[in-house]
Amino acid sequence: MEVDIRLAAERLRQEEATRGAAQLVTPGDTVTGDGGFMRGHGTYKDGENLVASVAGFVRRINRLISVQPLKARYNGEIGDVVIGRVIEVQQKRWKVDTCSRLHSLLMLSSVNLPGGEQRRKTQEDELAMRSYLEEGDLISAEVQNIFSDGSLSLHTRSLKYGKLSQGVMVAVPSNLVLRRKNHFHDLPCGATVILGNNGYIWICATAVGEDGGAGTGGYVQNLERVPLPEREVISRLRNCILALAGSWMMLYDTSILYAFEASSKFQARDLLKPEVMAEVADLTRKRLDLEAAE
Amino acid sequence: MLQNPSWEDHRTDGRRRRDYRPMELETGLVTHAAGSARLRLATTDVLVGVKAEVGEPLPERPRAGRLQFSVDCSANASPEFEGRGGEALAGSIASCLTRAYASPSALDLRPLSIVPARQCWILYVDILILECGGNLYDAVSCAVKAALFNARVPELDVSSADSGRVDVELSDDPFKLLRLDVENAPCLVTLLLVDSECIVDPTQEEEACSKASLVTAVTAGGLVTAVTKAGRGSFHPTTVASALEMAAELGAVLNRTLTEQLQVEEQIEDRQIRGFLG
Repeated sequence: MEVDIRLAAERLRQEEATRGAAQLVTPGDTVTGDGGFMRGHGTYKDGENLVASVAGFVRRINRLISVQPLKARYNGEIGDVVIGRVIEVQQKRWKVDTCSRLHSLLMLSSVNLPGGEQRRKTQEDELAMRSYLEEGDLISAEVQNIFSDGSLSLHTRSLKYGKLSQGVMVAVPSNLVLRRKNHFHDLPCGATVILGNNGYIWICATAVGEDGGAGTGGYVQNLERVPLPEREVISRLRNCILALAGSWMMLYDTSILYAFEASSKFQARDLLKPEVMAEVADLTRKRLDLEAAE
Repeated sequence: MLQNPSWEDHRTDGRRRRDYRPMELETGLVTHAAGSARLRLATTDVLVGVKAEVGEPLPERPRAGRLQFSVDCSANASPEFEGRGGEALAGSIASCLTRAYASPSALDLRPLSIVPARQCWILYVDILILECGGNLYDAVSCAVKAALFNARVPELDVSSADSGRVDVELSDDPFKLLRLDVENAPCLVTLLLVDSECIVDPTQEEEACSKASLVTAVTAGGLVTAVTKAGRGSFHPTTVASALEMAAELGAVLNRTLTEQLQVEEQIEDRQIRGFLG
C-alpha cells in the first residue's frame, strides 16, 4: 500500500486558457477609469475609477458595469430546487442551511404531514415538529417565497421533496448548477442525482418501488444497508462531480453522465488525484463540444 | 449520510480504509525562517515555519536542544476558529506533537546543544492551519517533519578560554550550517473509529460521523512513540490492538514516502518556489 505525496515543484504549469474578450479581475483591480459608467454589483468608486470589490468577470450592459463573482453565496429565486440541512427547530418553523447569505426557513405550514394528510397544523403538530425533522437532517425542498431581508422560504409540498435518507451530499459552487426544468435525475447507471440550485448535490441509489420511486412524502427513511455495487456507483459519481466542479464546468445530467462514462477506465479512488480529475473533465468537455458542433 | 460509511472497505469517496488522499508538499517557501514547509492534503492546508534562537536547555536534559511547538488555527480555515475558538484544537495539536517528539527514540536534539547546561538552540516550530478539510493531525505532523528537514541552523564555534569562560563564535561563512537528522522524526497517523473499524485519513464528513479517534505517533521504523485518544466514544481493547498495528504499518510507509520525496525535492536544480500563487 502506498501514500501519494507529490511535490509542488513537479506540478505542471497549467496553460493560460484563452478566454476571448472576458476580463478577469481581482478585488482592487481598476475596471475602468472612464467616469461615464454606472456602478453595478461587485464594484465601488475610488476617486475617478471604478474598482472591483470581488474576484470575477466584468459584465457590461450598455452603461452598467458589474463584476460577476466566480464564487458567491447562493441567491435564491422562486421555484428553485434546493437541498438543505436543518440547523434549528423553532416555533412553527425550521431553520435550514442552504449555503446562502441567511439561513432559509421552512414553515410548518409548508410541509406535508406524514402519510400525506392535508389538514391544518395544530398545537400538537407544533410540539411534534422534532419527530418530523430534526437538527442535522437533510431535506430537498423548493423555494416558495423570498422574504424582504433576502432569506428564502422553502416548501416541501410535493411527494418528491422531503427528508433524504441514505446517500452522499456534495457541495459545489452554486453558479455551476444550471437552472433547468427538472432537477431530479435518474441516471442509467443506477443512481439518482438531485442537483440543488444552491450547489448542494445529493446522490443516492435509485429507489425501486411501485410508485416508481417518485417519493414517499419524505419522512420514511430507508436505512437498510446499501449494497456494494451501488455504493461504488455513488462514490464514482461523487468524484466525477467534484472533478467537473474543479474544472469549473457546468453541472447537469448530461455532463455528469459523460464524466461518469469517461471515468470508467480509472478506479473510483484514483479520481481523487488532481491530474485524473483534470483528464476526466477534459474528456467530458471534448465530448460535449463535439455534440454541440453536430 | 450513509450508514456504515466504510462497510466492505469502501468509503464514500471510493477509498479503502487504509488509503490516504493525494498530498502536495513544498519546502522553503518562507525565506526568513530557518526552515518552512507547506502541505496540502486534499482541502487541508498547513504552513509550518521553524525559527532558531539561542536559549537555555531544560534542566533535565542539559546536553540537548529544545523544540517548542505552537499552533495557530487561522479564522480562514473555519468560522469556528474566529477569535479564541481555535484555541482548544490548537492546544491539543501542540501537546500531541510535544508528546510525540518527547520520546528519546524520536528526534535526537543533542546536535543542537551549544554549551552544555548553559546554551542551546531552541527551535520554535510555528504551525499555521490555513484550511480545514479533515485529518489535521497527520497533515500537521508531515509538514513539521518536512520543515525540520528543510531547517538550517548556523554552526557555532565553541571555545573555552582559560578562565573557564566559554566563547561562542558565529562563523563568517554563511553556508556553514547545521542540519537536523529527521530520519526518526515521527509522523502522526489518525485512525478514526467508525462502527468498530478504523479508517485512516478521514474527511471532515467522516470525522463528523465518528465518536472517537486514535492519534498515534509513528517513526520510520514503525515504532509508536505516543498515542492519544480523542473524542467521546470508547474503544474495545482488541480494536486498539489492531489499530496500533495498522498505524505502525501505515506510519512506516508515510514516513518513508515523505523522506523519499523530500530528498527528490532537494535534488531538483534551480527549484522555483511555487508558493500560494504559482
